Amino acid sequence: MKKLSIYLMAGPDTPELAAAAVAGGADLLEIGFPFSDPLADGPVIRLAGERALAQGMRTRACLECLAETRARVEVPLIPMTYASILEAYGYERFQADAQKAGATSLIVADLPIEAAPELRRVQLVAPTTPSERISLAAHRTDGWLYLVSLTGTTGARGEVSEQLAGLVERARGVTDVPLLAGFGISTPDHAAGAAALADGIVVGSRAVEIAHESGPDALQDYVTVLRTALDRVVVSLPG
Amino acid sequence: MRGASPPHPPPGGEAAANGFYGAYGGRYVPETLVPALDELEEGWNDIRDDPGFRLELEQLQATYVGRPTPLYRTERLGGDRTIYLKREDLCHTGAHKINNAVGQALVARRLGKKRIVAETGAGQHGVASATVCARFGLECVVYMGSEDMERQKPNVERMHLLGAEVRAVEFGTRTLKEATSEAIRDWITNVETTHYMIGSCVGPHPYPELVRELQSVIGREAREQMLAAESRLPEAVVACVGGGSNAIGLFAGFLEDADVRLVGVEAAGAASLGSGRAGVLHGARSSLLADEDGQIADAHSISAGLDYPGVGPEHAFLRDTGRAEYRAATDEEALGAFHLLAEREGIIPALEPAHALARALDLDAELILVGLSGRGDKDLATVLGR
Ligand SMILES: Cc1ncc(COP(=O)(O)O)c(C=O)c1O
Repeated sequence: MKKLSIYLMAGPDTPELAAAAVAGGADLLEIGFPFSDPLADGPVIRLAGERALAQGMRTRACLECLAETRARVEVPLIPMTYASILEAYGYERFQADAQKAGATSLIVADLPIEAAPELRRVQLVAPTTPSERISLAAHRTDGWLYLVSLTGTTGARGEVSEQLAGLVERARGVTDVPLLAGFGISTPDHAAGAAALADGIVVGSRAVEIAHESGPDALQDYVTVLRTALDRVVVSLPG
Repeated sequence: MRGASPPHPPPGGEAAANGFYGAYGGRYVPETLVPALDELEEGWNDIRDDPGFRLELEQLQATYVGRPTPLYRTERLGGDRTIYLKREDLCHTGAHKINNAVGQALVARRLGKKRIVAETGAGQHGVASATVCARFGLECVVYMGSEDMERQKPNVERMHLLGAEVRAVEFGTRTLKEATSEAIRDWITNVETTHYMIGSCVGPHPYPELVRELQSVIGREAREQMLAAESRLPEAVVACVGGGSNAIGLFAGFLEDADVRLVGVEAAGAASLGSGRAGVLHGARSSLLADEDGQIADAHSISAGLDYPGVGPEHAFLRDTGRAEYRAATDEEALGAFHLLAEREGIIPALEPAHALARALDLDAELILVGLSGRGDKDLATVLGR
C-alpha cells in the first residue's frame, strides 16, 4: 500500500479537517506551524501561514491544536515548521512538548541534514542532493525520507517533476527506508505517477487550498480521490 | 557543514569557523540549496587567492569601480571634531554595493552561472547587480518590495536601463525582507543555472564571509589613507548598519587596532543589534527583530537600505564580544545629518550613511572616520516629500 500524507496548516479548524482527511484515506498528517518568512513555501502555503498567524497560531496555540487533533485521529502527526520557531521555543523543549501533544516526529524545512543532529526528525532530500548526502539523510532520518521532487518551493504544478525518477533511483541505491515524494503533487494523475516511483506521496498546497475554500467535506472527497488513485497503482504493479 | 573552514582567516578579522562567528551564522536553508552553497564555497576558496582573479578584481576596482575612493577631511561639518569621510558615494553607481557585485560576478563566471538573482532595498545593490550583469553579459533578475520601488524610483529606472528585470514583491512588508525571501525562493527554483548575488554580509555560509572580504577593500584603503593624512589612526570608525556590509568592510581594516572604537549605527526602527534577539532568518542565525515565538517583526525606517529586521552574523558576534558598539539614529536625526552635510560640505549623502553621520556628530571622540556608503540622489523624493 502506498502511503498518503496530507499537509494541513495549524488553525482552529484543523482537528476537524484532520478527521476528514483521515476518513478520506490519509495515512499520516503534517501539521504546519506557521512562520513569518517560510523560504521553502510557495504562495498557497505562505498565505495559509499568514492567515494562521493572523488568527494567533503561535507555537503554544499550534501545540494545543496538535493535541486536539490527536484526540480526533490515530494516524501519525508530524509538525512541519522552520528553525526560527525552535530557536525561540528551545529545540529540546519543542521536541518534548510536541511529543506530549501527540506528535510522531518532526519536519524542519530549513535545517539541513548536518544541523542540530540531536533533533530527531524526518529529513528532506532534493534532486540537487548528492548520493552520499542522501545516504547520510537516510541514516539520520526518523522513519522515512521526504523526497523534495523538484528544485523549487511548495505549490501545485502542471506535471510531476521529471527530476523525481532520478532522485528515487539514487535514493534506492543507498537506502531501504520508505521514500515519500512531495512538492508539486496535486492531482490523482500526479499521485499515481509519483507513487509508481516512490513509496508514497505528500500533498500540501492543493489540500490546504481546498480545506480553506471548501471545508472538511470537500477535503475528504479530494483525499478519497487521491487514495483511490494510489490504490490503483498497487493493483497495477506486478507482485 | 562540510569543508566549511576557510583556508586562512579573512585579513585582519575574526575567522568564521565552520561558517559560525561564535553562535551566529551557519546554514539554515532548505536542503536543495546546500550543494549550491558547497559549490560556491569551493569556487570562492579556489579563486580568492588565485593571482589571476586578484589581478582582474583589482583592475576592475581601479578602472570600473573607481578605486581607491578618496578619504575626505570635512571642512565645516564637525565643529570641534575632526571628521573624515570615506567616500564610497563616489564609487561607480553611487554606493559601496558595487565592490561586492563586481567580485561576485567574477565568482559567478567561474562557477559557470549565466543567470543572476538579487534582492534590493534601496535599489543600490540592485543597480550594482544590474551594472555588473551588463558588463559581464549575464541575465539579471532583481526582486524589490513594491514600497521600496515607490520610494527609490530612480533606481528602478536605472535597473531597467541596464537591462535587468525588476520583479515587484507585493506581499508582507513589501520591503527588503520580502524581497530577500523571494530572491532565495527563485534561487531554490533555478539553482542549477543561477547565482544568488546577495547584497550584504547576511545569508547562509559562505555569504557573510564572501561579502565581507569583497567589502574589506574599504577598510584597507581607509586605514592607509588615514595614516597618510594624520599619521595616526582614528579614535572611532563609524558606519551605518543595514545588513552590515559597508560597516564590516570598513571595520575590517581596524579590527586588530584595539584602540580604535568601532561604532555601527542602525536605524532606530530597525535595530536588530540594539533591540533584537537571537533567531534565524534568511539562512543564518543572528540577532533579529523577532517576537518571543520567533516570528520576524517588521522593521521601520525612512531609509530603505536599513529597513531590515536582520543583520550579518559577524556584527552580532562583534557586539557580544564588545569589540564593536552599536547605536541607533532616528529618521529625524538622519534627515538632519543629511541636510547638514549637503549645506556644510556640498555632499548629498544617501539616507543610510546619514544615520552614521548623525551619531558621529555627537560621539565623544575627536578624530572620527565615517563611512559615507552612498550618495543621496535616490533619496531626493523622500527627503523633499517631508
Ligand atoms: C548607500 C547604502 N548604505 C548602506 C546600505 C545598507 O547596507 P549594508 O548595511 O549592507 O551596508 C545600503 C543598502 O541598500 C545603501 O544603499
